[in-house]
Amino acid sequence: MPGWIPVSVTIDPGLYNMEPSTSIIPSLTPDDLETPPIGLGQLAWRRFRRHRPAIFGVIVLVLLFLYAFSGGFFFTEKYANFTDTSRRLLSPSAAHPFGTDTIGRDVLARSIYGGQISLLIGLTAVTVETILGILVGALAGYYGGVIDSVLMRITEAMLNIPEIFLLIVMAKFFGGKIPEVAILGRSYSGSVVVIVVIIGLTSWMYLARIVRAEFLSLKENEFVLAARATGTKNLDIIFRHILPNSIAPIIVSATLGVANAILAEAYISFLGLGVQPPTATWGNMLDGANNYLDTAPWLWFFPGLLILLTVLSINFLGDGLRDALDPRSRAV
Amino acid sequence: MRLHQEILLTRYILRRILQGIPLLLIISFVLFILMMNMGDPVATMGGRRVTRSADYQRLKRQLGLDKPIEVQYIYWLIGNDWTKVDMDGDGVAETPGTRHGVLRGDFGTSLVNRGTAVLQVIGERIPNTLILMLASEAVVIFGALLVGVYSALRQYSFLDHAITALSFIGYSMPIFFIALLSMYVFGVMFKRWGLPFLPTIGMFDPQVGSSIWQVIYHMILPVVSMSVVSLASYSRYIRSTMLEVMNQDYIRTAKSKGLTRHTVIYIHALKNASLPIATVIGLDLPFLLGGAVITERIFAWPGMGRLFLDHVSRADTPVVMGILMLVAVAVVVFQIITDVIYAWLDPRIRYD
Amino acid sequence: MPILLEVTDLMTRFHTAEGTVFAVNGVSFSIEEGETVAVVGESGCGKSVTMMSVLRLIPIPPGEIAGGTACYRGVDLFKKTEAEMELVRGKEIAMVFQDPMTSLNPVLTIGRQITETLIRHEFLEKKDAELKAINLLEKVGIPEPIRRLGDYPHQFSGGMRQRVMIAMALACTPSLLIADEPTTALDVTIQAQIMELVLSLRDQLHMAVIWITHDLGVVAGLARRVLVMYAGYIVEEADVEDLYSKPRHPYTLALLQALPRVDRRRDAHDHRLKSIPGSPPSLLMEPHGCPFVIRCEYAEDRCKTENPPLRTIGMNHRIACWVDIDVEPSK
Repeated sequence: MPGWIPVSVTIDPGLYNMEPSTSIIPSLTPDDLETPPIGLGQLAWRRFRRHRPAIFGVIVLVLLFLYAFSGGFFFTEKYANFTDTSRRLLSPSAAHPFGTDTIGRDVLARSIYGGQISLLIGLTAVTVETILGILVGALAGYYGGVIDSVLMRITEAMLNIPEIFLLIVMAKFFGGKIPEVAILGRSYSGSVVVIVVIIGLTSWMYLARIVRAEFLSLKENEFVLAARATGTKNLDIIFRHILPNSIAPIIVSATLGVANAILAEAYISFLGLGVQPPTATWGNMLDGANNYLDTAPWLWFFPGLLILLTVLSINFLGDGLRDALDPRSRAV
Repeated sequence: MRLHQEILLTRYILRRILQGIPLLLIISFVLFILMMNMGDPVATMGGRRVTRSADYQRLKRQLGLDKPIEVQYIYWLIGNDWTKVDMDGDGVAETPGTRHGVLRGDFGTSLVNRGTAVLQVIGERIPNTLILMLASEAVVIFGALLVGVYSALRQYSFLDHAITALSFIGYSMPIFFIALLSMYVFGVMFKRWGLPFLPTIGMFDPQVGSSIWQVIYHMILPVVSMSVVSLASYSRYIRSTMLEVMNQDYIRTAKSKGLTRHTVIYIHALKNASLPIATVIGLDLPFLLGGAVITERIFAWPGMGRLFLDHVSRADTPVVMGILMLVAVAVVVFQIITDVIYAWLDPRIRYD
Repeated sequence: MPILLEVTDLMTRFHTAEGTVFAVNGVSFSIEEGETVAVVGESGCGKSVTMMSVLRLIPIPPGEIAGGTACYRGVDLFKKTEAEMELVRGKEIAMVFQDPMTSLNPVLTIGRQITETLIRHEFLEKKDAELKAINLLEKVGIPEPIRRLGDYPHQFSGGMRQRVMIAMALACTPSLLIADEPTTALDVTIQAQIMELVLSLRDQLHMAVIWITHDLGVVAGLARRVLVMYAGYIVEEADVEDLYSKPRHPYTLALLQALPRVDRRRDAHDHRLKSIPGSPPSLLMEPHGCPFVIRCEYAEDRCKTENPPLRTIGMNHRIACWVDIDVEPSK
């Protein structure tokens, strides 16, 4: 086909009357019509804001934290542990809005202090398991080879035993060996430390697998090659280059891990192997409650409801975080 | 072609089994160590009274509890019938041991039910737990498929949102809360309101005797408690898997061929969606077992979970190890089965 | 030849979290029986969405066919029920898609995927359907068709898979085949083979073909008529030769100018490939005025505010432009 060059521009006379056009070289203003670029953090925040259940979850969580920690201004811990068997098993009333338990302690006050412990255990256990999970996952994923094999064998071995069994066995193993500790003006029975440790020791595997997978894929990236080429030490590469890039699934996992830790504590305390009285937790308030199933439902209803609300809002929050930070990884 | 595939499959299964063995050995060793500090079973053997000192020593010797831990583990694993034990306390080993070791199927005898073989103790309780677990698994699979597929097909509808909300609540509930709540409503309140109510204790009513209907009747509430959490989370998983599959190009192709909606959903889509679902459900076993422990405690169901709790609190190492190893073996076996099923279902997988 | 498909004023939108996407904004065209028409345009211009709207394959939330009609043999497809559409798809109008990797169901054999249309639309028994499927596979050039009937998509190469897709689409001898960039994902050498295959089958079956592509080079030997689309509008429609020799819409002109040429003399003007400055408008905004205005060399004030309708400027030649650019072949 022969080439062509435009020779003239004519206006179709039949259309309208206007002066001859001048050839306009369009000025490059595509930005008017395109969306302006925004940073990753802002993008994530926008996505999070749109997730209504997550916002609901955050609000409820804030309320629960207020309930547990500022409730301490209304009731003293002594009051929560104050037993008066003459007032046992009273149904909810003005004096005791949540009723009293089998030895006359006020359920509302106990649920406040119990909440403090349960929430605290949730947060600290997650800290333990996150550190462990990151360490194992990063080392296994980065170094590969024998280290990876060994670490993964251990991970698999632990994953093969249901968490409850492990918790029960470990609780008996550590039971009674750790003395009381006093932090922040409250004294905690040694069993709290035990619970935090064993929950941490039984939950790190999930995060380790995720972190390992992230490291396996990220370490092939060019920025790692560049870092190595400039002589950066391995540890630096792991913690200052690769790890920050895999922070999204870690945050999501840690958030959901708090819910799991609170549930785990509740289960083990419910079985009587967890935090020991007189220290209250939401879980151990239910211990023995099924003996009073029909006579005193307030014994188990209120702590159970509080656990449900906490776990539910954490799950909402975690779902929103996952949508915001790591939308590709949706499994549920 | 088929024979070749079958040979590869058999080799794959064998390989997985062989890989599982060292895993189980590690698990058993770690657990055994943990067992050691569980408490002193001999101390409570005298019943309510503290065991007398001489009896204490004798019992310890007889039960092999005076040996160092590595030796105890070895005896547990491969028995002591190949060596001699000191039974009479004179420091000389003269009596041949009687234990064959776990590797030959001898899990020892219970320290609590003295003289009864561990396998027998466990074996009496396993069927009860199995009934609960199989029923729960069936409820979970059918329920989650129904709910998950339904809400995927009606995405954005009010029902879909409602189901999602209920699912979130469902898997955020602690199992004991579900149990207690359902017991309260269906066991207590229904009774008070004169409605037919569900029983809450045990496997059957002792006055009526143990019959199939009794067991089923008593099973309803425990199975509900055990299934709610898994059902809630799997229905969401199935929903999102179905949605992902429905967005794939090959579904668009299927629609463009004029196939009926029914064919597109239940043959083209579901066949693809069932792959990840099969794996996840197959690996749910550990969770159900854990749930069984709590549920059996609350409903006084005579199963393995309750057995575990009872014997842990009394430091009965052989029984506890027996249960734990059984659980670990079951989990490993289930993993292999799930892998095989997945490989069988997905034509893209090769067994090498 | 009688008109097979007549689309009038089709408008399709998508309601997303970021806003409403105005994907197709008033598209009209018609296809005669046995005709081969190419639809050309850059990614995102709405060519695929238009055709999928005709077949009503757009997912309805979030999609919405906001207006227009699509008359196939005189009957408006948009007024049919879903069950009635299922009888049209595959039997009257068939589609071949771009990526054969993902467009075939990985867990069903290709034999099954071919026979199911035959069983559904032609009510064949399974054995007869399989025989016909083998026949079809032969026609599209798959060797050893009997054995391959039981194979899965992943056991075929890319080009083979596309042949299977074509066999699937043509199984029930549709009157209209819509091919949505069928060769884009394939190697260049395979592209030519697939094109030839489609064209020869078209001749054998007397089928009309709509061939969607973004590659102007492909169009020439393929179609009799070309539709050029931009930002959800048809901007030019002409017979192939007219389009290439005398493009009358600034966008078409720019597209053709951007084609690398081996037969042009090199001179001071032609050292660089001439690209079109700017980028296509965001479809998130309701279109106002001519969509090409900010990139157009010949734009005027009117173009900013009023959207030009398609008007006829010659035999079978229509453009949507206020300005009539006239080009002459160079010596």
